[in-house]
Amino acid sequence: MEGACEASLACTTCHCYVESDHLEKLPEATEKEEDLLDEAPFLSVNSRLGCQIILEPELDGIVLRLPRATKNFYVDGHVPQPH
Amino acid sequence: MFRPCLRPSFSWASFRRYTSTEGPAPRVCVVGSGPAGFYTAQHLLNHGPPQLRVDLLERLPVPFGLVRFGVAPDHPEVKNVDHTFTKIAKNPRVQFYGNLHVGVDVKVRELRQLYDIVILSYGAAQDRKLGVPGEELSNVISARSFVGFYNGLPEDAALAMNLDVEDAAVIGIGNVALDVARVLLTPIDTLRQTDITDAALAQLSQSRIKRVFVIGRRGPLQVSFTIKELREMVNLEGCSAVFNPDDFRPFQSVAPLLKRPRKRLTELMLKTALTPPTEKQLKLWGPAPPKSWELRLLRSPLAILGSDSSVSGVQLGVNRLDGPNLTEDQAVVSTGEVETLECGLVLKSIGYKSVKVEEGIPFDEQRGVIPNVNGKVPDEPGLYCSGWLATGPKGVIVDTMNESYRVGAQILEDLKLDHISVQANRTEELRTLLDQRQVKVVNFVDWEKIDETEKLWGASKGKPREKITEVQSLISVVKKP
Repeated sequence: MEGACEASLACTTCHCYVESDHLEKLPEATEKEEDLLDEAPFLSVNSRLGCQIILEPELDGIVLRLPRATKNFYVDGHVPQPH
Repeated sequence: MFRPCLRPSFSWASFRRYTSTEGPAPRVCVVGSGPAGFYTAQHLLNHGPPQLRVDLLERLPVPFGLVRFGVAPDHPEVKNVDHTFTKIAKNPRVQFYGNLHVGVDVKVRELRQLYDIVILSYGAAQDRKLGVPGEELSNVISARSFVGFYNGLPEDAALAMNLDVEDAAVIGIGNVALDVARVLLTPIDTLRQTDITDAALAQLSQSRIKRVFVIGRRGPLQVSFTIKELREMVNLEGCSAVFNPDDFRPFQSVAPLLKRPRKRLTELMLKTALTPPTEKQLKLWGPAPPKSWELRLLRSPLAILGSDSSVSGVQLGVNRLDGPNLTEDQAVVSTGEVETLECGLVLKSIGYKSVKVEEGIPFDEQRGVIPNVNGKVPDEPGLYCSGWLATGPKGVIVDTMNESYRVGAQILEDLKLDHISVQANRTEELRTLLDQRQVKVVNFVDWEKIDETEKLWGASKGKPREKITEVQSLISVVKKP
């Protein structure tokens, strides 16, 4: 998933919808995240910023859907570095 | 509509139309290396024909456009996107040409001969004017120029500003207006640790500004700034936020009915105007805040008062919202009342504006954009525009990203449908033309040298970088062995 600001809560390029009943399992969004979500195109009730979802074992099976304005991309051959 | 390419050495053999999956690879020229240029290029590289090549042209010796020159120094995370842009620039199918002024060193019409696809994404380098008396007085400054000054844009390096005044008025209620207000009000020691230029720090350390008034023509439901930026403004060290409660109270009943994002933004303004400061705010502001700012809405600047050597104030027309229902679309009308705001500095922040690059390239003077449909310029096969030059100067990086991808998709669609002629066996190269004209091109490796130099220079002062703010100095760094 693209994160232009590299997970520093300064953009909305990682905006995604949390499906599969995992929304309640996630820690509540901080005020900073909510402020950014305000500006995300195609905001929905189950919107979150992907960079703020830290995977834990109980989130196994989580399904995230990308909004229609997002494209998942990397330049040729790019291998994402974990952060 | 199809139009054959008019070249002196035209031959039908080199002029077959190929589909996008076979034949010669499209040669693309992008003019402008800000987010729009980079994101449009990225889309074409990722989703277009595998041998498609992009030449990315930039007027300045340095890339990244407003990411480098527009984003505020105290918002460094927003600039992380330049890592993405760096990867794009280093793609073997991309060639960066810096210090190349399109319209001067090379004409767009020449680029259209050299490339199959030309994408103009050079943004908006001018301002909208207020059009009021007194606008030409000294110390009436364009916010865009002030941003350029503190961000090291070469053409704004010599900005003449007098900060030896107590009150400043910022006309405009967008994020740029809040950025300039915030830079005027942030404690200088905080700014010292950012990549703000030393020249701006020198000016700001002489500043006596204690109060900033952010003035907007319209009402609370029509402010253009966003909540993240407003929240910063009400949590500024040593600076209280003073809103007139009467201006905001009428909106208390309507706020809960609004939709995001307007709802949360309005609620924060109401909270600031109508409730006492929070504990966190009191701690930050201190018991007797040395500075303050006020959001003053429903005011139109009618005239700027003063003499040639100083500003004394702004005459403001008082407005009201028309009709009984408080909505975001309410019309704003004048009440006829006038008030005078005393101040010594006026910053105009009512929008940027694009310029026409050369005669013969379509440009809508009124709207300040290149006419286009999804980035495609009508009646000009192979010519596109993206970013603020195409949409007008609104939106943050993610908006430009989405728009650039749409333009990229349009270009690929046009390639597929043979609406663009792709020429085989091109022999003429931009590089040759530039060598003939003795244009000193800065390539991406050269920029990386400049980048390293700036970072080293900054490190010696505890800053992430010290920007080099003269074009000649930037070129000198490149020339050094």
